Amino acid sequence: MAERAQKKKSNSDRAKDEVQVESKVDPKGEKLIAELDDLLDEIDEVLESNAEDFVKSYVQKGGQ
Amino acid sequence: MSIAKILGIETEYGIIANGIESSPITASSLLINSYVSRFDTSIGWDFEAEMPGSDARGFSLDEVCPPEIEVNMVNTVLTNGARYYVDHAHPEISTPECRFASEAVLYDRAGEEIVRQSMIAAKKVLPDGAELVAYKNNSDGKGNSYGCHENYLLSRQIPFGELATLITPHFVTRQIFCGAGKVGNEFEGMPHNSVAYQISQRADFFEEEIGLETTLKRPIINTRDEPHCDPSKYRRLHVIVGDANMSEIATFLKLGTTAILLAMIEDGQLDLKLTLATPVSAIRQISHDPTLRQKVLLDSGKMLTALELQESLCEQAERYATRHGLESVGNDEGKLILRRWREVIEGLKEDPESQSHIVDWVAKKRIVDGMSKRHGLRVGDPRLKMVDLQYHDMRPERCLAIRAGLETMVDSESVTQAIDSPPETTRAYFRGMCLKKWPKDVVAANWDSIVFDIGKDPLKRLPMMEPLKGTRVLIEELINRCASPAELVAALGDEITNSNFKPSN
Repeated sequence: MAERAQKKKSNSDRAKDEVQVESKVDPKGEKLIAELDDLLDEIDEVLESNAEDFVKSYVQKGGQ
Repeated sequence: MSIAKILGIETEYGIIANGIESSPITASSLLINSYVSRFDTSIGWDFEAEMPGSDARGFSLDEVCPPEIEVNMVNTVLTNGARYYVDHAHPEISTPECRFASEAVLYDRAGEEIVRQSMIAAKKVLPDGAELVAYKNNSDGKGNSYGCHENYLLSRQIPFGELATLITPHFVTRQIFCGAGKVGNEFEGMPHNSVAYQISQRADFFEEEIGLETTLKRPIINTRDEPHCDPSKYRRLHVIVGDANMSEIATFLKLGTTAILLAMIEDGQLDLKLTLATPVSAIRQISHDPTLRQKVLLDSGKMLTALELQESLCEQAERYATRHGLESVGNDEGKLILRRWREVIEGLKEDPESQSHIVDWVAKKRIVDGMSKRHGLRVGDPRLKMVDLQYHDMRPERCLAIRAGLETMVDSESVTQAIDSPPETTRAYFRGMCLKKWPKDVVAANWDSIVFDIGKDPLKRLPMMEPLKGTRVLIEELINRCASPAELVAALGDEITNSNFKPSN
C-alpha cells in the first residue's frame, strides 16, 4: 500500500515558516527552500523522461 | 428541518495502456475484470428503475435519450458497497453511501487503492512490459474532460430552483480550496497557453448554469432527478462541477462544506445576497487567476473575490451552527469541517502557498513553479504538463501527489479495511454484508435494491428505499441469524418482491 508522506506541522508553524521565507538568513525559511529542493530532486528522478511524447499521447475520450 | 446528509463520490479515472494497443473501453474493462476476477463470483448491476433522463425541473428525457451506460459493459458491486464499472470509456468507481464526509474520504481513498490493485492485477495478465495506468484527474489537456461527481441526499420539499440559485455561488468559488490545479487552458476558442496555470481541472468545461447534460454543454447545476431511494421523500443532488482531489483534506472540505450549506438551504438559513450575475464566466475567471484577486459580479452589483465570497458563506455557516447545530452532517464532524474551512480561508488570504499541504492546486503549483525555476522552463514546456499529469498518476512510484507533502486524515489500516468492508452507517452496510456472506446467492444489486437467488424461481428482489435503513445497528443481528438468503427473504416477508433480473453475461 502506498503511504503518503505525513506533515505533522501545525498551521501556525507553517504560517510562520511562510512569512519568513522572504528573509534568506532565517533558518526556517532556509529549511523550506531545502525541503522544496529535496522534493524537486525526487521529482527530477521520477518524472517521465520523454515528457513531450508522453504529453502528446495522453488523449482521453470525453466522459461525464 | 434538514435531513441527514448521506453522501458519496463517483470518480472517472483517465486510463492509458503502455506497451500494448488497446481501446480505452477495452483497457477499462480489462482493468476492472482483472480486479473482480480474483473473487469467486462477480455481482451484476441491476438496471431496473434507472432513470438518468428524469429532470428535477419536472420532465423526463428517458424516452428520447440513449441509455447513459451500456448495460453489457463491466459493471459490478463490491463487498464494501461500492460500484466499479466502465463508463464512457473510463474506469469509474462510486463510493458506497456514507453518513459522514470523513467516511466518504475513506471510501474515496479505498477506491484509489482498488484501482491500484487493479493495475497490479492487470499487469500480471498482460505481456511483459505492458501495463495499464490510471490517472485520478479530470482532463487530458486537449479538451476532453471526465468527471468526479458528488451526491448528497436532500429533502424533496426544497424547491429545486431555489436550491440551484442558493448553492451556485459555492460551486463557483469552492475551487479555491478544492481545485486540483491545471497547467494551461482548454476553454474553447481561447488561444493555447493563454493561461499558464489555473486553479481547476474542470472550470474550462462548464457552459451552462443549469441543465440535464453531463458530457456536453456541462451545467454548473445538474438537474438529474434520480434519487435512488424513496422519490416522494428525497432528492439526490448530483454535483458534476468538482475536481477529483488527491488531497484528503481537500476532498473532506469539498464534501463537508457543501453538505453544511445544503443543510442550511433545507433550513432556510442561506441568504440570497451572494447570487452571481454570470456564474459560468465567473467559474472560469476565478480558475484562471491563481493570485485569487479576480473579482466577480454579484446580482446586487457588488464585486467580490472568491475568497471574500467563501468567507461570507463560512460566516453564515458558523452562525447557523451556533443556532441550529450540525446534526445533519454530524455534530463533531460539523465542527471539524467549520474549523478547517475557516483555517483554509485564512491561510489562502495570508498567502496561498501556505496551503500547499492541503490544497491540490497550490501543492501542484509549488512543483510547477519550482521546476520552471530550476530548469528555466517556459510556459508551454511539455515537462510542466508532465508534472500536471503525473501529480495524479496512480502508480505510487510515479505519483507526484504522494511526494508533495500533503496532510492526510485516514490511516492505511482503515483504508485496507474499507477496500472490503462497507460503512456501517447507511444501507451500504446491508448491501456489502449480503455480498460478503452470500456471494453466490446475490445475483444483482444496485443502490436501492438487492436481488437474491433463493434456490428456486422466481428471483427475489429486496427494495432498499431508505438510505438510513440497513445499518449495522439495525441489521447485523438479522444477517448473523440467517443461515441462507432464503431465511433472510422469509424473515423480511412483506418487503420482498419478485425480480425479472436477467444476467447480461
